[in-house]
Amino acid sequence: MIEIKGLTKMYGDVKAVDDVTMTVETGTITVIVGTSGSGKTTLLRMVNRLEEPTSGEVRINGTSTLSVQPHILRRRIGYAIQGHGLFPHHTVARNIAAVPNLLNWPRDKIAARVDELLELFSMDPVQFRDRYPADLSGGQQQRVGVARALASRPDLMLMDEPFGALDPIIRARAQDDLRRIHTKLGSTIMLVTHDMDEAIRLADKIAVMDAGRLVQYGTPAEIITHPATDFVADMVGDVERPLRLLSLIPVSQIMVDGPAEGAAIAADASLRDALSACLWTGRTAVPVERGGGPIGHVTLDAIRACAEFQP
Amino acid sequence: MRAANALRLTVLVLLVALVMRPKWFEVAFAPLAPVGGPVMYERTSLLSLSLNHLYLVIAASGAATLVAVALAILVTRPFGVAFRPLARSIANMGQTFPPVAVLALAVPSLGFGSGPTLVALFLYGLLPILENAITGLTNLPPAAMEAARGIGMSRWQSLTRVEIPLALPVILTGIRLSVVIALGTATIGSTVAARTLGEVIIAGLLTNNTAFVLQGGLIVGLFAVLIYDAMVQIEARLLHGARI
Repeated sequence: MIEIKGLTKMYGDVKAVDDVTMTVETGTITVIVGTSGSGKTTLLRMVNRLEEPTSGEVRINGTSTLSVQPHILRRRIGYAIQGHGLFPHHTVARNIAAVPNLLNWPRDKIAARVDELLELFSMDPVQFRDRYPADLSGGQQQRVGVARALASRPDLMLMDEPFGALDPIIRARAQDDLRRIHTKLGSTIMLVTHDMDEAIRLADKIAVMDAGRLVQYGTPAEIITHPATDFVADMVGDVERPLRLLSLIPVSQIMVDGPAEGAAIAADASLRDALSACLWTGRTAVPVERGGGPIGHVTLDAIRACAEFQP
Repeated sequence: MRAANALRLTVLVLLVALVMRPKWFEVAFAPLAPVGGPVMYERTSLLSLSLNHLYLVIAASGAATLVAVALAILVTRPFGVAFRPLARSIANMGQTFPPVAVLALAVPSLGFGSGPTLVALFLYGLLPILENAITGLTNLPPAAMEAARGIGMSRWQSLTRVEIPLALPVILTGIRLSVVIALGTATIGSTVAARTLGEVIIAGLLTNNTAFVLQGGLIVGLFAVLIYDAMVQIEARLLHGARI
């Protein structure tokens, strides 16, 4: 559990982060959203003390971050940044091994961990281990950057716009990867982005920052249906709210028994995908499948009911 | 590549022959020598002059490298930034002050011989190394630097594992420049009785013997070309693989 209490950062007379208090539960993804200059990156950087707070404190599992030296603290916290920040003079393997090396892991344990991580990110160890970052595509570099952050199995991982430099298709794939890896490893992730879509896609909890203050902290559904301020409503985007709401609900949740016509959709797809399938093919229901076999269907009426605003 | 290697070998053979067997070149140099005078310089062994010349250059450049790189590291740390202008102006002064003047000023305290030459070469060699090292250490990729801090490297680890390796190509270029300048400049050490290849050139100038001047100049020039080339090769070898 990460407890942030009254965290404030002043640059001269300007409050970059203004008295932020929030609690991040273990094993969840918390996404901090805001426009540029909202203080979201500064907030994240105070967690691993890349920025020292002017006042307030951060406690990780009950221990204040001020009780250890900053560089020792950072070795226990994964850190991934925009534009990957890989060391250009080190191979992929050595980049991933950076933190285990700092922690003096034995050599064979490091090698095994590197291969394990490359496989986790669908990169063949034999093919990629000895390459240099410049030889990789943008998406591969980014995956190596995240692998490096995960290398020492940190309980907490901080990600500062990790997918900011990727094109939309690669970014969507990277987000899916992160979700998948998070489900598998169960670590706590705090991620900063300016992209509300990304936040809704990834987050268990969203924290919206505006002018240094935390203006709303809640589940994606809460943020969409009950934005606390006009700024949050703006970030969510009025017109897109019903669709964003649908994107949060898996098809399996409102599925009913019985067959339906046409191409099927996966049970873990969102209602937004189901709606899209209905509209595109002019159907009023789509079959749902799991593992290749049909298991039921969802109706357009049921989808519509879910998208409706319920105060 | 093969042509380059053939050229390298030719230059090397020519240099070795010039140093070890000056007699072979008498025919070629004869038209430049005064009538009836000696054609090739043979008063002392050219080999020992060459070795001493190289020794002076290596010692002075080695010391200049140590001092300049250490200074560059200090003035690029947060606590040393304030001293950067000072370090730069000192190195600039070393470069502005003509080596001949340094020789003249150093003789009274250090006496004749190698001492004043070492001092002059050392001072003269500082600037290119310092400037390049500062440039290299201040123009590092910001994302990699941020990552080094963010994953928990201490200042020392960040310096030795990330900053110096990334700045190395630029630093090496500075050292190479400095060494080549020193190779040429060392010749004037012979004006204060340092044993360098400048002895041959000065002997030629004193006796109006163009053959001597050419002989000395040619040997120094060939050394410079070969050493420059060798250092380029070493740099490429050192940086092999790491695309920076």
